[in-house]
Amino acid sequence: MKAKKIAAGMVALLAMSGLAQAQISDSVVKIGVLTDLSGQYSDLAGHGSVLATKMAIEDFVAAEKPAFKIEMVTADHLNKADIASAKAREWFEREGVDTVSDVVTTPVALAVMKVAKDKNRLVLGTAPAASSITNENCNDVTIHYGYDTYALANGTAKAVTQQGGKSWFFLTADYAFGHTVEKDASAVVTAQGGKVLGNARHPFPGSDFSSFLLKAQASGAQVIGLANAGADMANSIKQAAEFGITPTQSLAGLLIFISDVHSLGLKNTQGMYLTTGFYWDRNDETRAWSKRFFEQQKKMPTMIHAAQYSAVYQYLKAVKATGTDDTQKVMAQMKKTPINDFFAWGGKIRDDGRMVHDMYLVQVKKPSESKYPWDYYTIKATIPGDEAFQSLADSRCPLIKK
Amino acid sequence: MTRATLAILFVFGLVAPFAIYPTFLMKVLCFGLFACAFNLLLGFIGLLSFGHAAFLGVSGYVCGMMMRDVGVTPELGIISGTLAAGLLGWLFGVLAIRRTGIYFAMITLALAQMVFFLVLQVRATGGEDGFQGVPRGHLLGVIDLSSNMAMYYLVYAVFCFGFFVVHRTIHSPFGQILKAIRENEARAISLGYDVSRFKLVAFVISAALAGMAGATKTLVFQLASLTDVHWHMSGEVVLMTLLGGLGTIFGPLVGSALVVTLESELSDKVGSWVSVIMGAIFVLCVLTLRRGIVGEFKALLKRVGVS
Amino acid sequence: MEILGMPTAVLASQLLVGLINGSFYAVLSLGLAIIFGLLNIINFAHGAMYMMGAFVAWIALTKFGISYWGALVIAPVLVGAFGVAIERILLRRLYKLDHLYGLLLTFGLALIVEGVFRDQFGISGQSYEVPEALAGGIPLGFMFLPTYRAWVVVAALTVCFGTWFMIEKTKLGAYLRAGTENPQIVQALGINVPVLITLTYGFGVALAAFAGVLAAPVFQVSPVMGSNLLIVVFAVVVIGGMGSILGSIFTGLGLGVIEGLTKVVYPEGSSIVVFVVMVIVLFIRPAGLFGRS
Repeated sequence: MKAKKIAAGMVALLAMSGLAQAQISDSVVKIGVLTDLSGQYSDLAGHGSVLATKMAIEDFVAAEKPAFKIEMVTADHLNKADIASAKAREWFEREGVDTVSDVVTTPVALAVMKVAKDKNRLVLGTAPAASSITNENCNDVTIHYGYDTYALANGTAKAVTQQGGKSWFFLTADYAFGHTVEKDASAVVTAQGGKVLGNARHPFPGSDFSSFLLKAQASGAQVIGLANAGADMANSIKQAAEFGITPTQSLAGLLIFISDVHSLGLKNTQGMYLTTGFYWDRNDETRAWSKRFFEQQKKMPTMIHAAQYSAVYQYLKAVKATGTDDTQKVMAQMKKTPINDFFAWGGKIRDDGRMVHDMYLVQVKKPSESKYPWDYYTIKATIPGDEAFQSLADSRCPLIKK
Repeated sequence: MTRATLAILFVFGLVAPFAIYPTFLMKVLCFGLFACAFNLLLGFIGLLSFGHAAFLGVSGYVCGMMMRDVGVTPELGIISGTLAAGLLGWLFGVLAIRRTGIYFAMITLALAQMVFFLVLQVRATGGEDGFQGVPRGHLLGVIDLSSNMAMYYLVYAVFCFGFFVVHRTIHSPFGQILKAIRENEARAISLGYDVSRFKLVAFVISAALAGMAGATKTLVFQLASLTDVHWHMSGEVVLMTLLGGLGTIFGPLVGSALVVTLESELSDKVGSWVSVIMGAIFVLCVLTLRRGIVGEFKALLKRVGVS
Repeated sequence: MEILGMPTAVLASQLLVGLINGSFYAVLSLGLAIIFGLLNIINFAHGAMYMMGAFVAWIALTKFGISYWGALVIAPVLVGAFGVAIERILLRRLYKLDHLYGLLLTFGLALIVEGVFRDQFGISGQSYEVPEALAGGIPLGFMFLPTYRAWVVVAALTVCFGTWFMIEKTKLGAYLRAGTENPQIVQALGINVPVLITLTYGFGVALAAFAGVLAAPVFQVSPVMGSNLLIVVFAVVVIGGMGSILGSIFTGLGLGVIEGLTKVVYPEGSSIVVFVVMVIVLFIRPAGLFGRS
């Protein structure tokens, strides 16, 4: 008898929560920014992501006058997956956070995605890189916004090979991320009729890359593909110049942010090709937004910051349109709404969670060509979204029925 | 420590999850057990291991693999993790135990770095992506651990068991010999004790318990990651133990509670200053609170005449 | 001709590169060894001091227009002075205690320094250009040797052996060595041992800062550049024998070369080879290669 009563009570509770979910839970939409505020990735995500989120919320409130309240919470995950997972869990269980965004670095993203799936909350992954997020690790509560390793490696490798860089040597950070980038880029090089002459896998993190660079030099390859990131990539570029490698052989950075170019300086990076999802100086709209960002951050936004703004804004729009913060409903709304803002024009969110939009192939300017601060890139080509990102037909995401 | 205090604390642990967020408590207990295991070595024998992260981490990975890929029940997952850590501890111990002081610390660090390297290189661990998606499973095949409360009581039980083992070890004749070794190793040898053997046994116990903590942690957070095997983790456990009180029974637990709280509270508020604050605590602790919080508290009690 | 499956030219260039890295290890481990020898302190803040040296050079150049050569003098002096302050205020209180406390205190210091720099300069780091006079390179036939790297080896070795000479062959060095053996007697002879100790710490730290300036044009100047290097340098000191001056110099150079060769044969393992060597060495010679047990 008792069990029955409890069961009945639970059904009633469930029904009530079902009702409640037709509206905004606790009448507040809470957005969590889980990022790296102090470590290796704090320049390309970090405080900039927090600022971008703040801007998105303010702009949204000013423009759309929503009936609901919006709050932001932030936390530093210290680049540790377990801390990230615990924090996300706490946000979902105790603070009623509706979506977790940024989640820089793939391990963190994967950990948060698992928790979010359990708790049925949304993840706006604007910062992690791995294309596996929308492949074997995909789930129906995650949107991978902005960029991924496939798009970056693909864009750069293709363009460089087409322009005559037919033989490649990869300098690869010896961990899953580096391997993925190398694999993605190699495939493109070969498909374009190029040849991969070899690779050198360096420990992560490393500091001296001269041994590996000498190997690359000895290989005689035209292009040295850098399948590494952050400080490793910066040091590789610097040392390549030092050993007289760069004038004869060219470098192709497969994961470079404008913050990296800024810290390395144009002298070290000039002439490099890279792919990006956003460049602040592309048109009037991007300039207007970026200058607002710059006023507060004293740095121009990276593609992660711009994506973060865009993602949060789109999310809030979807909440307003559906009148609920229920994850699946908001997700459905977001997937059917095209994205048209300064970050992406004609962007769309696919069923595997991949946000597809145009990417840009850029070349880093020579110091003499740079006319004003942060004048770093020349846009060489716009890569249409469907070409830039992995096609759905090749997707390994179980959500995609073939 | 009287029986009454122990009993009160035990009951407190039972009711705590109703007042305090259980996931937080679980984390404190896991690290608390880890620090207790570490303290057994440093606090009671005077051996500074700078490689304890290896036991925490490896056990976490083993438990994760058993749970996710083999599909065993949680208790078997924890047991297998503990055994793996114990075995690894025996290996470390055999190689390192004859060295003392800073050489011991450096050998354990070197061995732990090799473990880190292996974990990074072996495909099965998922490299830097970590070993993700470990199910919590059903305890003994019956109790569903996906509820935080159920999980908490399992963690609590594991902690109490580990704590009991440490407590028994210290208060047994074996523990007395360990203390004698710490105080005067030469005398212990001249009394006919095979000092190396005692140290080795203690090292294996400590490693296994650290592993037990690691396996449990993997269950709670459903992942094992490189952070757990990184040398920073070995440093963190020193901080916890020192902060709480070296060689005290409850010190490590208090230390871990403090560090975990600081980490989770500070990180949202001060950003990059978190490492500055942690560093300052380290410095202050070494300069003024060398006995740790529990140690100083006990000394204070003694001075005012209680106990 | 081929050795280990590679042409001798490649091998020679890798050996040379290894030697260059070894020079950094040598200067850093020398500083650590001196500090350990006299103060019995395991200076975990050494990496942070190295980083500070690089940053002082960068700040001097960008904010004050002081050249590389100026920085080579200024950075060690400033960072050395910082070290003196630390020794006076903090470390002094720990000499009677276990090693452990010195290690922990300097570990805390390293965290603080790193955190402050991270907050001020961000994590991506800054770029420091190779000075004009040392730009370019020397074609050696088998490789293109950047002039700056050659300078690094020369400067590092000069400083290392200069230090060795000072400690082993001069009167000041004799006081230092005597001070470590028996401070009371040296004090009784009218030598101010505490000042000697303070200066030694300052000097050890200045060596780290010197290495930092040497490194600035080669590596990205970043707040974490030291902590990544530190445990390798620790391993070097232990392999050489804690506190042994010559040991730390030779082991630093030697391990640089061994690491360089590993990068050719098994690149993935180059981060671990130092630790493998350490375990083997300590197994055979418990006090390290040059240590007295």
